[in-house]
Amino acid sequence: MDNPTWQESVYAALKAARITILGYVPDAGHAHLINAAHADPDMQTVVLTTEEEGIALSAGAWLGGQRAVMLMQSSGVGNCINMLSLPLNCRMPFLTLVTMRGEWGEFNPWQVPMGAATQPVLTAAGVHVRRADQPDEVAEMVAASAALAFDSQIPVAVLLSQRLIGAKVFVK
Amino acid sequence: MSRPNDGTLDRRDVVAALMRDPGDLLVVTGLGAATYDVGATGDRPLNFYLWGAMGGTAMIGLGIALAQPSRRVLVVTGDGEMLMGMGSLASIAAAGAPNLAIAVLDNMRYGETGSQYSHTGHTTDLQAVAAACGWTRTATARSMDEVEALRPRLRSENLFAVLRISAEEKPRHLPPRDGAYLSDRFRRALGVVVD
Repeated sequence: MDNPTWQESVYAALKAARITILGYVPDAGHAHLINAAHADPDMQTVVLTTEEEGIALSAGAWLGGQRAVMLMQSSGVGNCINMLSLPLNCRMPFLTLVTMRGEWGEFNPWQVPMGAATQPVLTAAGVHVRRADQPDEVAEMVAASAALAFDSQIPVAVLLSQRLIGAKVFVK
Repeated sequence: MSRPNDGTLDRRDVVAALMRDPGDLLVVTGLGAATYDVGATGDRPLNFYLWGAMGGTAMIGLGIALAQPSRRVLVVTGDGEMLMGMGSLASIAAAGAPNLAIAVLDNMRYGETGSQYSHTGHTTDLQAVAAACGWTRTATARSMDEVEALRPRLRSENLFAVLRISAEEKPRHLPPRDGAYLSDRFRRALGVVVD
């Protein structure tokens, strides 16, 4: 068998962290995880209309005794800010994987402002932020971030850099 | 100020009926008057009151419902809070949660901020919104008889119900608001905390 891709290793890390509910606003950079979750009978998937729903979903999962993760892209971080008061006030874990746009070979200028603001905005809102730039560090970072989130009951975001996931290219 | 199409139900009577003999019902309440109304029926560990996170009540209910498929979850919230999380009606319908019901206390106003008309006081029909999002069971109650008829359905069906309450403001009843306390006691009462 071939060596697993970093995306496969990330999914394995989420499973090892006993995550059973996965909420997402789709992004091309998350396509593997979304497909893997849908193919996994032990993972409940919830497609969200906006990212703040995923914070509330994760809070409910925790109240009910299960663990959730949310997948989004950096443009969605701005939609989350007030809802982040929920895990902070309630001393709940929150784990999100954020694919970055607007920072590496970005062709769409509309992605740039939120991409540049993603890390400082999350930090200002009380979220612990980790950032992965290399394929061989992602799965370990996700595993460590899940442990931090669920064991210390704090919100943690793992940013997956645009260089890592590959800049989106539009061709006519 | 009232309008001819205002609801007439007393919100405390409605919520007292919904919460009568709660058993092990898991209840999530939206910030503002819905939290006060449910708290006024008697505090219990399986009530999770929101004091913020506006727009998130229904999705918290979904998270609990997915995590505890053998338990019943009831979301009690107001029209303004539900309007802010209107997309969650689509997300919940798409996810499917047979053990989740939502009761919206609709006074067509933002009561906490001076009773400005909400969208339900203008043009929006939340029952129709839920139906259009894919909720197959929806209802509106305008009388206490209709509320009583909805009570068992809210504990057995994947039901979205609008309860047409009057705009009368009630004395504030303030249940606990420490989120960490509310979360911890809810989880302990469910038996999901391992010391």
